[in-house]
Amino acid sequence: MTAKIITITSGKGGVGKTTAVANIAVSLAARGQKVVCIDGDIGLRNLDVVLGLENRIVYDLVDVIEGRCRLRQAMIRDKRLPELHLIPAAQTRDKSAVSPSDMIRLGDELREECDWVIIDSPAGIERGFRNAIAAADKVLVMTNPEVSAVRDADRVVGLLDADEKGPASLIINRLNITMVKRGDMLAVEDVLELLAIELIGIVPEDEGVIVASNRGTPLALDPKSRAGLAFQNIARRILGEEIPFLDLENHNLLQRIFTGRKTT
Amino acid sequence: MSDPIQIKGLREGLLVTLGDGPWEEIAAALLQRVTDQPAFFQGARLALDIGAHELRVVELSALRDQLSERGMTLWAILSESPTTEQTAQNLGMATRISKPRPEDARPVFEAPAENVALWVHQTVRSGTRIEFAGPVVVLGDVNPGGEIMAGGSVIVWGRLRGVVHAGAQGDEKAVVCALDLAPTQLRIAAEIAVSPQRSGKSHPEIACLRDGQIVAELWQAS
Ligand SMILES: Nc1ncnc2c1ncn2[C@@H]1O[C@H](COP(=O)(O)OP(=O)(O)OP(=O)(O)O)[C@@H](O)[C@H]1O
Ligand SMILES: [Mg+2]
Repeated sequence: MTAKIITITSGKGGVGKTTAVANIAVSLAARGQKVVCIDGDIGLRNLDVVLGLENRIVYDLVDVIEGRCRLRQAMIRDKRLPELHLIPAAQTRDKSAVSPSDMIRLGDELREECDWVIIDSPAGIERGFRNAIAAADKVLVMTNPEVSAVRDADRVVGLLDADEKGPASLIINRLNITMVKRGDMLAVEDVLELLAIELIGIVPEDEGVIVASNRGTPLALDPKSRAGLAFQNIARRILGEEIPFLDLENHNLLQRIFTGRKTT
Repeated sequence: MSDPIQIKGLREGLLVTLGDGPWEEIAAALLQRVTDQPAFFQGARLALDIGAHELRVVELSALRDQLSERGMTLWAILSESPTTEQTAQNLGMATRISKPRPEDARPVFEAPAENVALWVHQTVRSGTRIEFAGPVVVLGDVNPGGEIMAGGSVIVWGRLRGVVHAGAQGDEKAVVCALDLAPTQLRIAAEIAVSPQRSGKSHPEIACLRDGQIVAELWQAS
């Protein structure tokens, strides 16, 4: 096995990174892929809660790095999806407990263990972000269709390019068509025009996401959920399938974007 | 032999001046010094004056990460090498510090050879600041949050939405052109303008100073 390591990051906080990591990991695991997700948000862990694995934590990321346990001991296996594993963050430490080179070492060890490693990055562009991207083969930048979130995503895309971690791909989360139509929200087209990177997913605003997170059952498996379907589609695109984008918006518009502009 | 590493206090943190010699040795000596005196360096913000060393992204980002692992933030790089300055800017670091060392009367801009422009073949994204003493040509967009400071004119073959200062040393003949001229703020010499709200399609435009005011007009063959 040689896993590919994917990091989801955003610059701005609260755009939905943790939600995306959980849902993409669940979708990949449901397709028989062996997945390990890592909560890189040390000191503010919550991927365990969203995945409903909080009460099974014994060891965490810092324990692995500081050698208090073996890698496999810190990998919590999901009972619903046996291919899904989580390495939780330490809640009582801070980001300085981990370094980028620790993450690269851990990533190399994990490559032998699974098909995909998915890392949840903390917000910001400081140490925690550096840790989260250090081992990544591919970075997914997430934003909301909102001016400040897009500005921060742009900054992150630039930093990733400079660090030779690019080109990143983009997930736009919490798109609300009614608001876009009223002109109260940036459209997909506006965001893509500015960021000029490849789009890998558009996830609609959906109350079900919050309900599912609180319950600890990611909604990616709910066939009726639009947001869940959008996350599943991202997983399938990661696996190399060509999946058209959900018809949230006027379809012609999207096609024009994809044929009309190359990323730089 | 003089100490290859000199350290000074600054308002913004520590200024560390590195001597000449092979880069690996200098970098190793710096890390050694930091490891030997953890209490002194812990939590410090470092500006590094690296003289003429030409550094690429891999070298500079490695040093930044190694310093960060030891609890320091590398926020600025001073260098005589344009390559190194560009690398530092690409990594989001400052390349000037507000108070230059007194003995260093280096002007903010070094005069380049006449008619030498800086060629920027990438989108200038949020958080990136490009400074150059002469004209600047960008093949790409200048996004909101990106900045260009040029001693001469600025040409953007793309959308200009960030901040541009042309003629930053007072050249009132400097112009700014873009395929879509919609900067957050535009400065030419000492004048400042914000983009008027524009409706409809964008056209290539050129902005210049006329009677002390920044005016923009269609940019077309004349
Ligand atoms: N598509 C969506 N529709 C509705 N709510 C959403 C959607 N995506 C995320 N949310 C909600 O937004 C909130 C923030 O999400 P999440 O914790 O995943 O963000 P984050 O980027 O990981 O935040 P942080 O930067 O703090 O780590 C949560 O309450 C989540 O349920
Ligand atoms: Mg999170």
